[in-house]
Amino acid sequence: MKITGLLTVIICGALLTYYAMDFPDFGDGRSPANTYLSPHFLENTMHDAHVPNSVTTILADYRGYDTMYETTVVLTAGLACFFLLRRKESTSPPARFFRHVPTGLTLRIEEGGKLPAENSKVFTRIDSLWAPDSLIIRNTCRLIIAFVQLFALYVVAHGHYSPGGGFQGGVLLGSSIILFSISNDLRRTLKRFREKTAAVLGAIGVLIYSGTGFVCLLMGAHFLNYEALSPLLGLKTGDPMARSHGIFSVEIGVAFAVMSVMIWIYYNLSSAGKHDEGL
Amino acid sequence: MEQIFTAMGAKYNYVAYIILMMVGLYAMIVKSNLVKKIIGMSIFQTSIILFYVSTAYKTGKTIPIVPYDAHAAVQAADFINPLPHVLMLTAIVVSVATLGVALALAMKIYRQYGTLEEDDIHEDLRSEEGKS
Repeated sequence: MKITGLLTVIICGALLTYYAMDFPDFGDGRSPANTYLSPHFLENTMHDAHVPNSVTTILADYRGYDTMYETTVVLTAGLACFFLLRRKESTSPPARFFRHVPTGLTLRIEEGGKLPAENSKVFTRIDSLWAPDSLIIRNTCRLIIAFVQLFALYVVAHGHYSPGGGFQGGVLLGSSIILFSISNDLRRTLKRFREKTAAVLGAIGVLIYSGTGFVCLLMGAHFLNYEALSPLLGLKTGDPMARSHGIFSVEIGVAFAVMSVMIWIYYNLSSAGKHDEGL
Repeated sequence: MEQIFTAMGAKYNYVAYIILMMVGLYAMIVKSNLVKKIIGMSIFQTSIILFYVSTAYKTGKTIPIVPYDAHAAVQAADFINPLPHVLMLTAIVVSVATLGVALALAMKIYRQYGTLEEDDIHEDLRSEEGKS
C-alpha cells in the first residue's frame, strides 16, 4: 500500500511538474490570469462602487452571488457540526473537579458525592484535565480580548479602504471569544455567549446578506444590484456611493455569520458536543 | 538537463506547490489514521491556495487598492491581480468549513468504533457483517 501510494504520488508530481513548465513565469504581469478580466475590475472599482479596495468590490459586488453562497456554506458547516456532535443528555463525568479558591486546593468529587452550590464563590468547577490556575494567562487574555475585538470592528468597517472586510473581521471577532474560552473555561464562555446566540447570529448574518439582495429586488432592480438602494439612502440615482453602502451592509452580514459559526464549531468540537468540559 | 533548470528558474514556485500538494496527497492515500488524512487534506488545500495567490503576483507591483480619487486614471499594470485573492479568500473559508465538518465526522467515528485507525474500523465493519 505504501509503495503503491508513493509511486502514484511521484508519478503525479512528475507529470504536474512537466506540465507546470508551460505555465507563465512567476511575477509575469502579462500572463493570461492577469490580463483579460482583472484590469477591468481594477480600473472601474472607483467609478462603479467608489471603493478603492478592489478585492472588496469584487467580493461583495461583482461576485456577490458567490460570496452569498459562501456565507451559506459557512452556516451549513456550523449546522453540520451541530447535528453530528451535539448530545442533549448530559452524561455526567464519573468525577468532577473543583478548586477551593482561597487556598488553591483541588477537590475530586466522585459521582454521587455532594457537589458545592452552583454559584459558590468559594469553589469553582474546573475541567478534569485541569491546569494550575494562572493569573498571568487570565489577566493577559482579559486585556487582549477587548483590543482584538476593537481591531476586528476596524477591519470590518475599514474593508473599503484598506485590506480587510467581513470574513477577516468575523474571524478576529470569533477568535477573541475562543481565546476567552481557552484562557478560562467553556462553561464560563457559554454563560457569556450562548450556543443559541451563536446559531441565531449566524442565521442573522446570512439574512442580512440575502435581505440586502431582496431589498434591491423590491426596489425594482436585479438581486444584489446595490444601485437600487440609492433612494433609501437619500442619494441621487446612479450615485456610486449607493454601491459602497450596499457592500458595507453585506460585509456586516458576512462578519456576523463568520464570527458566530467559528464560535459554534469551536464549542461543538472542543467539548465533543457535550458542552461540559472544553479545552 | 541544464535547459530544465533554466526553464525552472522563473517557475520554481510551481515546483514548491507541487511538492506541498504531493505531501498532502501522500498523506491522504497512505496514512490509515483519519486525523492524519485530514491533515493531508489541509496541506493539499493550502498548496492550491498558494498556487492561486502566486498567479496574481506581478513583480514589483503593489496591493490592489487604487488611489481614492474617482477621476484618476488607474493603470491596471501597476497593481497585482485582485481576482485570485478574492477566490482564495472564499476558498480559505470553505477549507475551514470542510476541516470543521471533517473533524466532527472523525469524532463521530471515534465515538462509534473507539478508534481512528482505518484498518481497525474496516475489521469492525467486516465482523459486524459476518454476525448478521
